[in-house]
Amino acid sequence: MSVVPMQYGLLLAAVLFALGTLGVLMRRNIIFMLMSIEIMLNAAGLAFIAAGSRWGQADGQIMFILILALAAAEVSVGLALILQLYRRLATLDADVASRMRG
Amino acid sequence: MLALLALVPALPLAGFAILFASAGSLPRRWIAAIGIGSVGISTILAFIVSAAFLAAPRPYREVVWRWIAVAGFNPDIGFYLDALSLVMMLVVSFVSFLIHLYSAEFMAEDEGYSRYFAYMNLFVASMLVLVLADNLLLLYLGWEGVGLCSYLLIGFWYRDPANGLAARKAFVVTRTGDTAMTIGLLVLFTHLGTLQIQPLMQRAAASWPAGSGLAIAAAGLLLGGALGKSAQLPLQTWLPDAMAGPTPVSALIHAATMVTAGVYLIARTHVLFELAPPVQAAVAVIGALTLLLASFSALNQTDLKRILAYSTISQIGYMFLALGVGAWTAAIFHLMTHAFFKALLFLAAGVVIQRLHEEHDILLMGGLWRRLPLAFWSFLIGSAALAALPFIDAGFYSKDLILWDAWNSGPYGPWFWAAGIVGAFVTAIYIFRAVFVVFFGPVKAEPAGHIGYQVAIPLMVLSALALGGGFVELPGYLGDVPAFSGLLSAALPVPPALRAATAAPSLEGVLVGIGAVVPVLGAAVAFVTVLHRPVFVTRLVEASAGVALQRFWAAGWGFDWFYDRTLTRPFVWLARLNRADIVDAFYTGIAWLSEAGYRLLSRSQTGQVRWYAAGIAFGSATLVILAVFA
Amino acid sequence: MTAAFYVAAVVAVLATAMVITRANAVHALLYLVVSLLAVAIVFYVLGAPFAAVLEVIVYAGAIMVLFVFVIMMLNRGEQAAQQERQWLTPGIWIGPAVLSAVLLGEIIYMLWQGPASVPASAVVTPRQVGMLLFGPYLLAVELASMLLLAGLIGAYHLGRQERHAAERDIQKERAGRERETVAR
Repeated sequence: MSVVPMQYGLLLAAVLFALGTLGVLMRRNIIFMLMSIEIMLNAAGLAFIAAGSRWGQADGQIMFILILALAAAEVSVGLALILQLYRRLATLDADVASRMRG
Repeated sequence: MLALLALVPALPLAGFAILFASAGSLPRRWIAAIGIGSVGISTILAFIVSAAFLAAPRPYREVVWRWIAVAGFNPDIGFYLDALSLVMMLVVSFVSFLIHLYSAEFMAEDEGYSRYFAYMNLFVASMLVLVLADNLLLLYLGWEGVGLCSYLLIGFWYRDPANGLAARKAFVVTRTGDTAMTIGLLVLFTHLGTLQIQPLMQRAAASWPAGSGLAIAAAGLLLGGALGKSAQLPLQTWLPDAMAGPTPVSALIHAATMVTAGVYLIARTHVLFELAPPVQAAVAVIGALTLLLASFSALNQTDLKRILAYSTISQIGYMFLALGVGAWTAAIFHLMTHAFFKALLFLAAGVVIQRLHEEHDILLMGGLWRRLPLAFWSFLIGSAALAALPFIDAGFYSKDLILWDAWNSGPYGPWFWAAGIVGAFVTAIYIFRAVFVVFFGPVKAEPAGHIGYQVAIPLMVLSALALGGGFVELPGYLGDVPAFSGLLSAALPVPPALRAATAAPSLEGVLVGIGAVVPVLGAAVAFVTVLHRPVFVTRLVEASAGVALQRFWAAGWGFDWFYDRTLTRPFVWLARLNRADIVDAFYTGIAWLSEAGYRLLSRSQTGQVRWYAAGIAFGSATLVILAVFA
Repeated sequence: MTAAFYVAAVVAVLATAMVITRANAVHALLYLVVSLLAVAIVFYVLGAPFAAVLEVIVYAGAIMVLFVFVIMMLNRGEQAAQQERQWLTPGIWIGPAVLSAVLLGEIIYMLWQGPASVPASAVVTPRQVGMLLFGPYLLAVELASMLLLAGLIGAYHLGRQERHAAERDIQKERAGRERETVAR
């Protein structure tokens, strides 16, 4: 049906992934970091879909569904952690929560 | 009755266990009862066993249990009783009992009463194990056991650091010899496949020809152990310092029993030494040199106990001389009489020292013979035996036997004999110097206190033995009673060389006459120099050469100085040099490096999640670069 | 359809770029929804209609709603946006940007190193996906369900207000109200 080359799909996934990485690395607000991680996960799913469609196989979409489940679990735990962090430190600055420093 | 043999060393060990476990919580009467009782019963058992043995004198072996069972290496906890170990067992247990009895009163005021008797019991147990062991490994256990007890008892009054140092010195010096002995045991086991003494001796005689290298090596290494334990040249330096311990300890360990263990070891393994003529010759030469060196060292000592310590070294030198010429019986005979009279001398000296409030310096004593009659007579009898005054005491007969055998031992025999005679002369001088200085002349210090029966009985019994102990073996010209050598002949056969070479009877008379006159002469010299002090003696003593010689002898021929310069100081210097652990620098460097790495890497642990994420990103970028571009 | 792909791709990239640069969390979230919808269109074009629908329902729907709830609960207001602007200085973002660019460059290089692009083929229907999912991938489905359960319990445990923390919050709130009355 589609005539989009696989490389373009993967290219889009790569760009989104890089943007997600950039977001994780440069934002100090932990909510933004979580959002950026969602972007990265979504990009990974996109890569699977693109590859699956290249071979006309359903496996790509199955991997996407699994990633979706992963993202749902990760977001629920992550958001709960954010709430807890905010309660304890009264801030969303991820750098404040640095008690694990050596 | 022979089966009681194992109990002889077991009882003192049990006494030690009780005293050790009670840790000083028992009342003093109980402590004394356990300490003396265990050794006393052990002595009685020793006499019972001896009676059974003498009824049918055959070697008896009793295995209590198998100690170690490794393929081909099966030493037992086993005891072996023949004439030699019988004599040793009797001497050790009986003298130990007397000294324990003496200690009960002598040490009564000491706060370490329980500890003292615990150590003493352990010592007696170890010593009995040593003399009764049927294999060399068990003998070695006893050997190290007595060494340990010697260390513990020299440093018994450990609050004075000097005593601790003396104990350490004794331990280290004897350990030097013991290391050689350990290697010797390993040589024997690897080449002959057993350590059980009797089979070992048979195998050695069967598989090694006389003078073979292995026999010389094994005998030489065992000799090293004997030299250390018996304080012979060149390992004699520890014994004078060992006098830091309580006087009964000096009497028991450093005079009567432990220091003669080297003599026993050589007698026990005499087959091996006969297979190694150079080593045996070395034993004789070392004995002769040691007896001369030590007796001259004793001449100018002022510490009463150090005089006796040097005389012990010197007397063991006589025993080594006897062993070296193959006169096994004479050596053991002298060992026995020496145990009696030297223990007597020490116990008497202990009374003098204690009555004078721990005064050791003989120059501060004098005129004590009226004040301390028992100590005086005991010391006099002991001195007579030590100096071998003719006919009336045990020391004369044993020394006479040694000198006679030395003369007959071969081409160098007269030289050994001469060394012995010179030694006897000097011995008489130094011991009678001590007698005259301490007991005659003006009274310089008043003794205090009194002597109880627990001190008196051992002194009297030992006096009797020092006088009469020699009559078990009388030479041909005095009725020829060879009871002692007859008993020992099965265990210690007379070497053919010694049996064949008998000097003419006329010569024997001359030699005996010289041997009898020389001690009397020495005593006379001591009498003249100490109590009458002619002018020429004073001039001789005060001349610069005389003073230097006195100092040199008093310092034990400078051996301590020599070892200090050649061994101790270089070692301490090396230790100082290496104080910063140069050798260890590499390993310290590793530790330092890892610590630096830890600091560096722990700085990378900022605790910031973005930093970790950046780390992951950087890592994956690097991995991709490696995967794609490399 | 090809044009739809390119348009959606551009929208997705731009919207994502907006997400990571916004100061206001709600704005960023809305851009994220846009980005996800654009990706859903890309899925559709790539012949994965089932995935596209799931993307809209689960991602843009459920997960984003969770974010909205949390942001509402935290209720940070204008001060927070101000804070975000302060944090987004060039000094902060240049390093990560370089790192991400390097990573992107590597991936693009790898993509173009690979074999020549082949046009993607037929649509993969939900039926095919379902057959495969509950056939060979059954174990993975079970694992995913376990994961979701763990996430559920974890979120419950972490999100629960501890008692003393709750009391502290109440006290804080009361103090704030009193301050307000005093000010009034």
